[in-house]
Amino acid sequence: MTSLLKRFLIILSALGATFGLGALPALAQAGQPVDGQIHFQESVTPVMDSIVAFHDGLLLWIITIITLFVLALLIWVIVRYNAKANPTPSKTTHNTIVEFVWTVVPIIILIVIAIPSFGVLSDEMLVPDGERAYLGSSIFDRNGGEKVPAPELTVKATGAQWYWDYEYVDTEESVSFSSVMLTDEQIAEQKPDQPRLLAVDNELVVPVDTTVRMQVTAADVIHAFAVPSFGIKTDAVPGRLSETWFHARKTGMYYGQCSELCGKDHAFMPIAVRVVTKDEFAAWLAKLEETGGDAATASLELADL
Amino acid sequence: MANADAAHNHEAHDHPTGWKRYAYSTNHKDIGMMYLVFAIFAGFVGGILSGLMRWELAEPGIQIFHGLAAMVYGVDAGSQAALDAGKHMYNVFTTAHGLIMIFFMVMPAMIGGFANWFVPIMIGAPDMAFPRMNNISFWLLPPAFLLLVISMFVEGQAGFLGLGGGWTIYPPLSAQGGTSTTFAILALHIAGASSILGAINFITTIFNMRAPGMTLHKMPLFPWSVLVTAFLLLLSLPVLAGAITMLLTDVNFGTTFFAPEGGGDPLLFQHLFWFFGHPEVYILILPGFGIVSHIVSTFSRKPIFGYLGMVYAMVAIGFVGFIVWAHHMYTTGISLDTQRYFVAATMVIAVPTGVKIFSWIATMWGGSITFRTPMLWALGFIFLFTVGGVTGVVLANAGVDRSLHDTYYVVAHFHYVLSLGAVFAIFAGWYFWYPKMFGYMYSSVIAKTHFWMTFIGVNLIFFPQHFLGLAGMPRRYIDYPDAFATWNMVSSIGYAITGLATLVFLWGVFEGFSRKRVAGDNPWGEGATTLEWTLPSPPPFHQFETLPRIK
Repeated sequence: MTSLLKRFLIILSALGATFGLGALPALAQAGQPVDGQIHFQESVTPVMDSIVAFHDGLLLWIITIITLFVLALLIWVIVRYNAKANPTPSKTTHNTIVEFVWTVVPIIILIVIAIPSFGVLSDEMLVPDGERAYLGSSIFDRNGGEKVPAPELTVKATGAQWYWDYEYVDTEESVSFSSVMLTDEQIAEQKPDQPRLLAVDNELVVPVDTTVRMQVTAADVIHAFAVPSFGIKTDAVPGRLSETWFHARKTGMYYGQCSELCGKDHAFMPIAVRVVTKDEFAAWLAKLEETGGDAATASLELADL
Repeated sequence: MANADAAHNHEAHDHPTGWKRYAYSTNHKDIGMMYLVFAIFAGFVGGILSGLMRWELAEPGIQIFHGLAAMVYGVDAGSQAALDAGKHMYNVFTTAHGLIMIFFMVMPAMIGGFANWFVPIMIGAPDMAFPRMNNISFWLLPPAFLLLVISMFVEGQAGFLGLGGGWTIYPPLSAQGGTSTTFAILALHIAGASSILGAINFITTIFNMRAPGMTLHKMPLFPWSVLVTAFLLLLSLPVLAGAITMLLTDVNFGTTFFAPEGGGDPLLFQHLFWFFGHPEVYILILPGFGIVSHIVSTFSRKPIFGYLGMVYAMVAIGFVGFIVWAHHMYTTGISLDTQRYFVAATMVIAVPTGVKIFSWIATMWGGSITFRTPMLWALGFIFLFTVGGVTGVVLANAGVDRSLHDTYYVVAHFHYVLSLGAVFAIFAGWYFWYPKMFGYMYSSVIAKTHFWMTFIGVNLIFFPQHFLGLAGMPRRYIDYPDAFATWNMVSSIGYAITGLATLVFLWGVFEGFSRKRVAGDNPWGEGATTLEWTLPSPPPFHQFETLPRIK
């Protein structure tokens, strides 16, 4: 009963926050969802900044206004043109001006949407070369955007039933390890602060303020590599190598989950990315190479989160 | 001569009685009735599957599926075997729920049921063009449904029972399904053949059997919507048939169309599937557009506003529906330019859809509206379809779809347009034509209770799912991180309300039949102008022995 009451309070606070559209310091927590949340997870990359700005700053307003407009029209005809209020119906069946307006105005709205839409899409798909300016939060103005350095690190993620393999391909001898979800008992034992169904044994470790190129593929069936806070989601298709990238600006743990149905344990192959300082990363990678891919030992080099 | 004619006519009215009347039927109204009964039955099966899924998702952790699996497999409910089988069974349920609701509930209700019943009457025809083909169209469906049910109980992925590949049956996952995939493919082939035959029948009927004077531009909107739908079926289903035949040979005969290890490509299947799949979702909703147009016009006592715009909006939606398929595939690794094209093409659909929404409102504008039950459902449809439509505009943008693809935002979107759009249109049509089909009037108190409970219930189910999707909850998950608990609980409570509403629906049907309130030829008054309201309720076994003349 208390849990139901708690849920009710969470819903009330979430609904109250709806009018704040986006800014929710009390609920914001990087890298993972929060109960009762009604918006995106916190952004830590330029691409996710764009997605948040585009959705919260433009799309959500447009669709809310359109929906309320249609609702208002419906309420108006219900009140004004019900049989009591208007016993004699008109015979109007055409009005060229009105029909013209409701064809052209939506086209204008769609064009307004399309301009940032194509910009955000291009940013997601084009891996930085160090020169190109990225939109970030200023989705209407590429001049106001930020330059993102070219990738300094490439990691290949391979989805398999039902875990992820990560391979660091830039190192002299490429090193790789598997990343498997921890059971509830393992979490209690090894990583008690981490959330159920999201914690893994070996996280993908990457340096902060660095552009990372991700190559994504699969070993058996289709999976999808996704990290909400980074604004990335790329299907892992066997026989294909897909590319995406991210540039995280804040250290911490960022979780995602497999996002393409892949069989029985589809819900149980999370993605956990640990963003660390550049020094920590260098020490971690050196240890990983030294041990030939022993991620558990290498992670001892990292500070506790 | 006169005597011979009379004898002939008398013979024409003679038809088998009892079960033979239906099993052997070549009469569009009897066949339509069988389709409706079949759709209601399949709707309950699909609804029970989703009920068990919502029960499972009410709280974090695995609640019931290990228990269900223990019953089916005969293993101990606490064992790892039961847990694994339960996880697979959940995927089997999502697959079967989707396929049943699409192929065996919405399509039979809209096209087989209402279109069979009312297209011939509305165009002033005595029956469909090919009555015997109409019979086989229906009778292909029960075996197809049976094959799909069998697929749930034969060996699928990893030795578990049933196909756990989603309704989209993407290989290579579905190719792991073995026997269950084979059964599901056969089910889809037969259901597809049934639909293609139906589509041929409707196209022929509408082009050739309209009453004298009824030009295409005078034809009511429901037959128009069915005509467009029939063309979509005719052009898209063969592509599905090709794709699943290739999958069938991949599974059984060692071909590698979709297997990369043999030079195939899993994405080829997705392109073929969605070339069918996207028109398919318009197949599900277009007849609803037609139904809602008639209801809005009837209860506003006004003719349709912008009739030609309404007709060509449907034609445009049907046409554009064929060139937007890869918006289901933004995250698959297709190129930037490909994505740009599909974003632009997809957004175009918003324009004709907007024309329809505004034309319905303009039809009511200046009208004299009575809020009978069908009108409540139609109003609910217009509003909820708008909500589902605008989230579609959001998802059309590949840039944002990156975050929302395969999350509950998508689940919310397509249930708003289908479960709340198409299903509301079906119930609107049900109550609109109930007095015509059965000759009795339903209890409006029960019918309105059904409406309000459903309206509240489905919104409670699906609106919070937008929040879950934004927060990142992926779809087709049997268990989720604890942070998604609250909205999932709300969603499941909504299901309980909707489930009760469905029982109210059944009660309303039963009550209507037991009270036998005589409806009369036209219970809706002067606003009801289409030809079905000129006939008795229920219409005679053969209508229009003298063809009506349209001015």
